Amino acid sequence: MNFVKEFTKGLWKENPILRLLLGMCPTLAVTTSAINGLGMGLATLAVLICSNLVVSQLRKMIPKKVRIPAFIVVIASFVTMVDLTMNAFAHDLHKSLGLFIPLIVVNCLILGRAEAFASKKPLLGSFVDGLGMGIGFTLALVVLGSIREVLGNGTIFDVALFGKGFLPMIVMILPPGAFIMLGFLMAGMNRIDKGIS
Amino acid sequence: MRDISRLVVVLALFCIFAAGILAQVYDVTKGPIAEAKAEEVRRAIRAVLPQYNNKADEEFIDRIIGKDKKGNDIVRRVYVGKREDAVVGRAYVVVAPDGYSGNIEIMMGVSPEGRITGIEIVSHAETPGLGAKIVKEETWSGKGDGPGGLVGKTLANNLKVKKDGGEIDQITGATISPRAIVNAVRQGLEFHGKEFPG
Repeated sequence: MNFVKEFTKGLWKENPILRLLLGMCPTLAVTTSAINGLGMGLATLAVLICSNLVVSQLRKMIPKKVRIPAFIVVIASFVTMVDLTMNAFAHDLHKSLGLFIPLIVVNCLILGRAEAFASKKPLLGSFVDGLGMGIGFTLALVVLGSIREVLGNGTIFDVALFGKGFLPMIVMILPPGAFIMLGFLMAGMNRIDKGIS
Repeated sequence: MRDISRLVVVLALFCIFAAGILAQVYDVTKGPIAEAKAEEVRRAIRAVLPQYNNKADEEFIDRIIGKDKKGNDIVRRVYVGKREDAVVGRAYVVVAPDGYSGNIEIMMGVSPEGRITGIEIVSHAETPGLGAKIVKEETWSGKGDGPGGLVGKTLANNLKVKKDGGEIDQITGATISPRAIVNAVRQGLEFHGKEFPG
C-alpha cells in the first residue's frame, strides 16, 4: 500500500468537501469565520481518525449485516467524547459551534470512510486515510471560513484587516455566501487541474 | 437462528463497551464543564457590575417572575454584588424573546437606586454582520451606534429605541435586535423597582 498516495488523495484529488462533496451540512453552516472552520475541522479530524482506527481494528469481528449500526455506535461514541471534551476545555468555541458538534455523527464523510475504506483495510492504512481526509476537510473549511470572514466581516481569526472605511460584504457570512464561495472554490480547483493536464 | 443471536451479541457488546467508555469521559469532564459555565457567569457579572469584593456569583437571590406554559415557576436568579458589605449592584439575566432569530439573553447590572451599570449579551443568534453587532465592543463603549446609551439610564429616561420615539440609538440597518434588547432591559428595570425598591 502506498501511504503517501493514501494521505495526499484527501488533500486534493479526493478532497472530501471540494471533490467528494461530503459533509456539506457543517461546511455550509459553520464556516462563517476562520476559527469556526478550524474548530469544526479539527473536531471532525479527531473523530475520523479514531473511528477509522477502531473500525479497521474490529473489521473482522463485525458481522456484515450489522456493520452500519456498529459503525454508528463507534462514531457516536467518539463524537460524544469530543463534544464533552470541547465543552470542558474550549468552552467558547464549543458555544459558537453549538449543535454542529453533535451533528458530526451524521457527517457522511465519517461513515463513508468507515464503510468504503477502514472496514476493508488494515490499521495503518486506515489511520493514514483518516489523517489525509481529515486534514483535507479541515483545510477546505479553514479556507472557506477565512475567505468568508475577510469579505463579510473584514477580519481574519478576529484580527481586523482593514480600516474603519471598510464596507463588509454581508452576504458572505450569511448562508448564501457559503454556497457562492464553495462554488468559486470548486471552479478554481477545476481550473488548476485543467491547467496542469 | 444462531446467526441472529450472534448479531445481537456483537451489537450489544459494542453498545455496552461504548456506554462504559462514555461514562468514564463524562465523569472526567463533568467538573471542568461546570467550572467553565460558572466562569462564564462570573465573567458576565464582572462586566456589568461596578467593583465589588464579595463572591457575587455565590450570593444570589431567586425570585419567581411568572409561570411557563406547563405551569412551572420561571425563576430569575439575582446575583448581588457587595463592597464592604454594602450592596453596589444586582446582576441578572433577562431574556428578549423578540430578537430577529431566537432569544437574546442579556445579563444586566443595576445599582441599588435603579441605574443601569452595565449590559452584556450572554447568548444570541442574530444575523452576522447586522443584528450581531449587538455583541461588538464599540456598541457598548459608546463609540459606535447602537443601544450602548442604555448604560447609566434609569426608568426616568425614555427607554425605547429612537424609531419608537425613545432616546436609545438603534443600529444602522438593524432595528429589531436593539429594540428587543431595550424592551427587555426596560422590563428588567421595572422588575428591579418592584422587587428591590430603594
